[in-house]
Amino acid sequence: MPPALQSRAAPALPGTAAAVATRGARPHMAGCINAVVAIPDMDTALPDIDHQRVVFDDGLMLECGQSLGRLEIAYRTYGQLNAERSNAVLVCHALTGDQYVAETHPVTGKPGWWDMAVGPGRPIDTERFFVICSNVIGGCMGSTGPLTRRDDGEGPWGTDFPPVTVKDMVAAQRKLVEHFGITRLFAVVGGSVGGMQVLQWAANFPEMVFAAVPIATAPYHSAQNIAFNEVGRQAIFADPDWQSGRYWETGRIPSRGLAVARMVAHITYLSEEALTRKFGRRVRGGQALTAFADLFEVESYLRHQGSSFVGRFDANAYLTITRAADYFDLAEEFGGDLRAAFRGSRTRFCLVSFTSDWLYPTAESRAIARALNGAAANVSFVEIESDKGHDAFLLDEPEFHRALRGFIAGCAEHAGLP
Amino acid sequence: MDVVQPEGVRYVAKNMRVDLRLIAEMIAPGSRVLDIGSGDGSLIDHLYRTKGCDARGIEIDMAEVTRAVVHGLPVMHGDADHDLAQYPDGAFDYVVLSRTLQAVERPREVLRQMLRIGRSALVSFPNFGHWLLRWQLLWTGRMPMTSVWAKAWHETPNIHPCTIRDFFALCEEEGYTVEKWLAIDEAGQKAPWTRAVGMANMFGEQALFQLKRI
Repeated sequence: MPPALQSRAAPALPGTAAAVATRGARPHMAGCINAVVAIPDMDTALPDIDHQRVVFDDGLMLECGQSLGRLEIAYRTYGQLNAERSNAVLVCHALTGDQYVAETHPVTGKPGWWDMAVGPGRPIDTERFFVICSNVIGGCMGSTGPLTRRDDGEGPWGTDFPPVTVKDMVAAQRKLVEHFGITRLFAVVGGSVGGMQVLQWAANFPEMVFAAVPIATAPYHSAQNIAFNEVGRQAIFADPDWQSGRYWETGRIPSRGLAVARMVAHITYLSEEALTRKFGRRVRGGQALTAFADLFEVESYLRHQGSSFVGRFDANAYLTITRAADYFDLAEEFGGDLRAAFRGSRTRFCLVSFTSDWLYPTAESRAIARALNGAAANVSFVEIESDKGHDAFLLDEPEFHRALRGFIAGCAEHAGLP
Repeated sequence: MDVVQPEGVRYVAKNMRVDLRLIAEMIAPGSRVLDIGSGDGSLIDHLYRTKGCDARGIEIDMAEVTRAVVHGLPVMHGDADHDLAQYPDGAFDYVVLSRTLQAVERPREVLRQMLRIGRSALVSFPNFGHWLLRWQLLWTGRMPMTSVWAKAWHETPNIHPCTIRDFFALCEEEGYTVEKWLAIDEAGQKAPWTRAVGMANMFGEQALFQLKRI
């Protein structure tokens, strides 16, 4: 367990909150920029949606030593579980993803986040496989997290929600998988923080994972990864509407802070080439010589990303999950030797990285591959040529989808699936 | 070879190179095999389908890696010089290096690694002792070029050419047992000079060795 888990990280930088304490009065910008700032203040929390979920009254013991008295897991499934219960594929979502993999999202109305890869006839073919995806614990789409009512029933957890880890997320997913009566998953697949969950699954429950596909991921969160997450967290802490995390009391949510966190994170999901290709230095609207009236297209795009994120994500959940990602260091659990995490594993692995991904670069996938080789595990490893950065794993990348389809098909043959 | 294959699965080994067929014949069913420089994966596919081997590949060309993975084969990006050190001792029954030894940076180290991670090494290489090469060098005084050695000296990736005699000498120096060896002609057919090293070195275009550590 990471030592930092025992005490929750200190919140906002001292003094920061005071500097921007009065809402709307940002002195250095007053009268100049407010008119064009596209991030709206939103005073509404996430819409109350009745997500499909299962409740475990026996709760979950967390790595930090605290336990959740009651565990709710919101999930979606696609396809049919066969009679032998041998065709289940668990998809693990990334930092701000959720269980709506391959269907219209009930909050945003947008297509599922991975419907290019999951669905009828897709690389993970729902006509052949039973696909499960659950919202991670600590999340905000229906699984137990900071939005959930406390065990004692006194309001939501908020920032008192215990720190969770990737290992805790996987422990919760395991309860769901066992709830379906599945003893072995045909495959566990995920990108980014989802890929970390895949690695954790393979390390902790190798006998339950026939094939593992960690995509665009890393064996631990690097200092740079943590640094970017920290900028996002500080943006939330600095928003006066964050109100020490008890924003439900006033009904005003820290939308600006959360939007800025998303904007920073979104830059890390792209690449310089992709930004140049999409936006270059193009400016839209605005009158000449007005410092902030002109809007570079890339600014407009980021603001849109920030403000639309606020409508589907909870700030405290963002703090919780980014922290879980920061804590991730798979080798630490195995005496600092990543090979030990996979020793004796019979799981078939397929690692995928993307050339322009600088958030979880190919070198990190290669480090996983080296450890897997050191454990004499069965490994495929492809690096896909793409200029789309980290986000490439979510986008239309035919070469990646062909490799994913081929690996899954090959494994299905080895597993004796029809 | 008569192999019943499931529908929809492409059988990449159909047009397998003849030297790979000879290598496949030397591999026992059900064994663990690492193919270094696995190309499109035809050897590992063949070994899995016809012999039930746990066969894996490493390949330096990413396009070939992707092609193999697309066909469901366990291949990863890597190369002989740098990536063998990662594997634990005795991880494989056979480690295969076909037509690549002459192109690696440190052939002696690659062989050592192969025999550390595998119980047995299968190595094939083009023979620089072939009479045509000797004749060209003698007669023209310039670096020989043949269908096997097809690139000019300044362009060839084959930086460590050797002859069959050279290879025998290296095996002796390193203390490897030559379990089997054979010379192969241009078309990849077995050549009949196995008994006499001198003849094989003169007339064999390629050689295939099976080595063990004593």
